[in-house]
Amino acid sequence: MITSISLTHFLVVGALLFTFGLVTVATRRNAVGVLMGVELILNGANVNFVAFNHYVTGGVSGQVFALFVIVLAAAEAAVGLAIVLAIFQTFKTIDVRFADLMRE
Amino acid sequence: MKTTAGKLSAWFVATLLVVVFLGYMTTQVIQPAYVPGVASTGPAGLTDVLFYVLAAVTIAGAAGVALSRNILYSAVGLLMALLGAGSLYVFLSADFVAVTQLLIYIGGVLVLILFAVMLTNRITEVNVSNTSFGSFGGALLGISVAPVLIAVVTLTPWPARAPAALAPTTALIGNGFLTKWLLPFEVASLVLLATLVGAVVIARKEIKAD
Repeated sequence: MITSISLTHFLVVGALLFTFGLVTVATRRNAVGVLMGVELILNGANVNFVAFNHYVTGGVSGQVFALFVIVLAAAEAAVGLAIVLAIFQTFKTIDVRFADLMRE
Repeated sequence: MKTTAGKLSAWFVATLLVVVFLGYMTTQVIQPAYVPGVASTGPAGLTDVLFYVLAAVTIAGAAGVALSRNILYSAVGLLMALLGAGSLYVFLSADFVAVTQLLIYIGGVLVLILFAVMLTNRITEVNVSNTSFGSFGGALLGISVAPVLIAVVTLTPWPARAPAALAPTTALIGNGFLTKWLLPFEVASLVLLATLVGAVVIARKEIKAD
């Protein structure tokens, strides 16, 4: 039975996004894949923020929080990918199992 | 041999724990009388159908990121997931957040990720470039997290209120950024500046002194 969309529907989407992101982070060997999983987790949280903002609190505070999350996700992606490039220059691979030295 | 047996028994214990946990959660979920919330069962309009299609695109993209063997397919899945999530924001009267998602995530982060993929992988061997390990453990993790979250989401009586009508929010957000959230706004710009400098410092080639 298809019911009219409500808060629960959006929360389920957010929960599934979070779960897939968590599985991605936990199972990838590729460091870039791990970063993709982190992006999925942040998006799941963002869907929850905006859904609660629309259905529970009203106003725009949840949307503003989601915007800050987006900004920090962009910063995290930039720094994370720079670290991945540095790991690649040092170890000639981005397999996270082999990056086990603090310095050469 | 010994380590193999140890690993097997460890996985067995983990599986057992997950099964017991799920069984316990099932009893917890089924025992209390399930009180459906408002659950207005109106006719499925065009909006509802559109929501289900977009949610399916989002979930399918996320599943592609998690399950694909090929890092480029994972990137395409991430594109679908981000686009779907951005279009879901439109349903929630968050037009500015939706456009920001489009510009920053898809225009910035995804392109950055694709650059990193191209710079760090031998594309000719793309089939082995996104191998995952512990797919059994990953499946265990997934089937122990997702039902719990979904049960919490569906069983909690959220304080629902009649959602406001869809209206543009850009002016409200802009006013908020320059009045109520001025300090976080400025801190965010400082964070971005530090990120800019830090990324360059980390990614540049090390120049040895000697």
